[in-house]
Amino acid sequence: MTARTIKVGTLARVEGEGGMLVEVHDGRVEKVQLNIFEPPRFFEALLRGRDYSEAPDITARICGICPVAYQMSACLAMEDAFGVTVPDEIRLMRRLLYCGEWIESHALHIFFLHAPDFLGFDSGIDMAREHRGVVESALRIKRAGNELMSVVGGRSVHPVNVKVGGFHRMPTVPELAAIRPDLVAARDEVLELVPLLAGFDFPDFEQPYLYVSLGADNGYPLESGALVSSEGLRAPVRDFEEHVVEEHVAHSNALHARFDGQLYVVGPLARYSLHADALSPLAAQVAHAAGLGPQCRNPFRSILVRTVELVYALDEAIRIIDDWPGCVAAVPVEVRAGVGHGATEAPRGLLYHRYRVDESGAITEAQIVPPTSQNQPSVEDDLRVFVQDRLDLPHDVLTQQCETAIRNYDPCISCATHFLCLRVDSR
Amino acid sequence: MTNRPKLAVWKFASCDGCQLSLLNCEQELLSVAQAVEIAYFPEATSAEVDGPYDLSLVEGSITTAHDAERIEQVRAMSKWLVTIGACATSGGIQALRNFADVEQFTAAVYAHPEYISTLDRSTPIAAHVTVDFQLRGCPIDRGQLLEVVGAFVQGRQPRIPTYSVCVECKRRGAVCVAVAHGAPCLGPVTQAGCGALCPAFNRGCYGCFGPQDSANTASLAQRLLDGGMRPVEVQRFFRTFNAGAEAFRAESQRHESQGDRP
Repeated sequence: MTARTIKVGTLARVEGEGGMLVEVHDGRVEKVQLNIFEPPRFFEALLRGRDYSEAPDITARICGICPVAYQMSACLAMEDAFGVTVPDEIRLMRRLLYCGEWIESHALHIFFLHAPDFLGFDSGIDMAREHRGVVESALRIKRAGNELMSVVGGRSVHPVNVKVGGFHRMPTVPELAAIRPDLVAARDEVLELVPLLAGFDFPDFEQPYLYVSLGADNGYPLESGALVSSEGLRAPVRDFEEHVVEEHVAHSNALHARFDGQLYVVGPLARYSLHADALSPLAAQVAHAAGLGPQCRNPFRSILVRTVELVYALDEAIRIIDDWPGCVAAVPVEVRAGVGHGATEAPRGLLYHRYRVDESGAITEAQIVPPTSQNQPSVEDDLRVFVQDRLDLPHDVLTQQCETAIRNYDPCISCATHFLCLRVDSR
Repeated sequence: MTNRPKLAVWKFASCDGCQLSLLNCEQELLSVAQAVEIAYFPEATSAEVDGPYDLSLVEGSITTAHDAERIEQVRAMSKWLVTIGACATSGGIQALRNFADVEQFTAAVYAHPEYISTLDRSTPIAAHVTVDFQLRGCPIDRGQLLEVVGAFVQGRQPRIPTYSVCVECKRRGAVCVAVAHGAPCLGPVTQAGCGALCPAFNRGCYGCFGPQDSANTASLAQRLLDGGMRPVEVQRFFRTFNAGAEAFRAESQRHESQGDRP
């Protein structure tokens, strides 16, 4: 019997701490584990007893890469609990802030975490030795996203301006106008980089994914929408837990999710495959130029889908700034006891929050389901299928391709760690 | 240049936001990478250069027995060790467990608590090893980060102000939200560093940078109570991202028994 182990102790170029283990016996992949050893931080527990108004700022601290996603899902859930509907203009300003996070996060992943795999470098910084112009462009694109977040949110990591009901202060028209030229320049720079990215050598690999994302009535899904799947499901966000069950496995400090009992995928591939028709004309052109069809089932090509979404986020941000009608900063919120559900599209995929709040506004229960714990079973399944067909590859090459296969998902291990399933908990 | 100082970036229990702040120095990143050798920084690079390291930046708090051992190893390999952010410097938001029963916390989050290995307290790095400099913030300010890295490269003390947010607020010309609007504001007892961001966005400071040197928390707490805050609200106000910092911890505990809800 021959045994072979492919192991990476600490995965590089991912957010948070994780490792990978693939065990092969007699030519069969028998064990695949994405190990998450990031220590638990117990957010669902520490939220209990906190005031509803603290949820956006506290849950932002789950992840420094996608704090806006946590703030937005928390706000929607609390507003749902209190029966508050914010005006369309507040939704638009949330969308604008969220575009900033998508731009920053996608630029980081495309150029600094994922592209080095395809170009054969250890890091984006290292890549600058041979591709200095590309890296400088990428830094300017990323910076445009961070600046947009600073204008709308105050700062790019853990913005301070978001609250249940809206914002503490609405950005002014001159503040918004000042950021516009950088967004336009960033969009031009992304367009110039598309041929480079589209020319990467992608492994020939497709999977029959079940895709899940939000479906919005105001364009590509971002800051709101209902739950939709590639099997035709359309359901309100409050039904999320009827479809998704998380389980706790021994090798991970994250919980694994299943959608109606199946593996499923959230994030750029799901959003694109379900909503390519909602892209802006320019983003749709980029998709075409990059060789993407109406759907994408090759996870290695997610870097191209992220690029399409990056163009969309820049386009959308410019559109919102150009059409900005002005608005009150926030609407009043009247506290009442109840349960609220909220979901938005984090850069890595659907992020769900549910809170139970008592009549004083104190949180008595919290549940958060981040995108990476939803994708984790699919990451492991990709590795299983991918390795099985490539056992003849040299060990180093196969190990490196496995790492790339994990980075396809832009896994955020800080997010995935420590999430609660009250349903399992209560058994 | 072969004799560049070797920089390492380490992560413990945290959100990644402080090490992201280094990558967010978009205009300076390539210059920094020329001034120092980025020898260990898994979030950014798969290259690993063995220690010892000249400067270790440490993000995150100690919450597991394994991490308590790992930080000793990091210290042994590092000439200078600088903590970055509220988690590393005061235990972070996860230090709220220090006020509760961690077994209840684990049972609340995980169906199989027996799979989870965790300590009952989240502690700052300085509770375990000698720290050469502590950079505050939740998150840290990237300008301050560049100042600290630059100072260690140049062999001088970092110039990081220890006065309160109020000083920055006045300098910025922001309206005092506490006086003008009666907003609860931790600015008078919180160390500067953010640029008085919250008052500029029409809200009170919520203490990201932790207690300032000579923070008179009791006086501020009395003012908050006089302004109509309930004791439990005052307790929560001091007990967020720097709940484990001594001045904030002590003040929050003064209001604990008078709480009217958990």
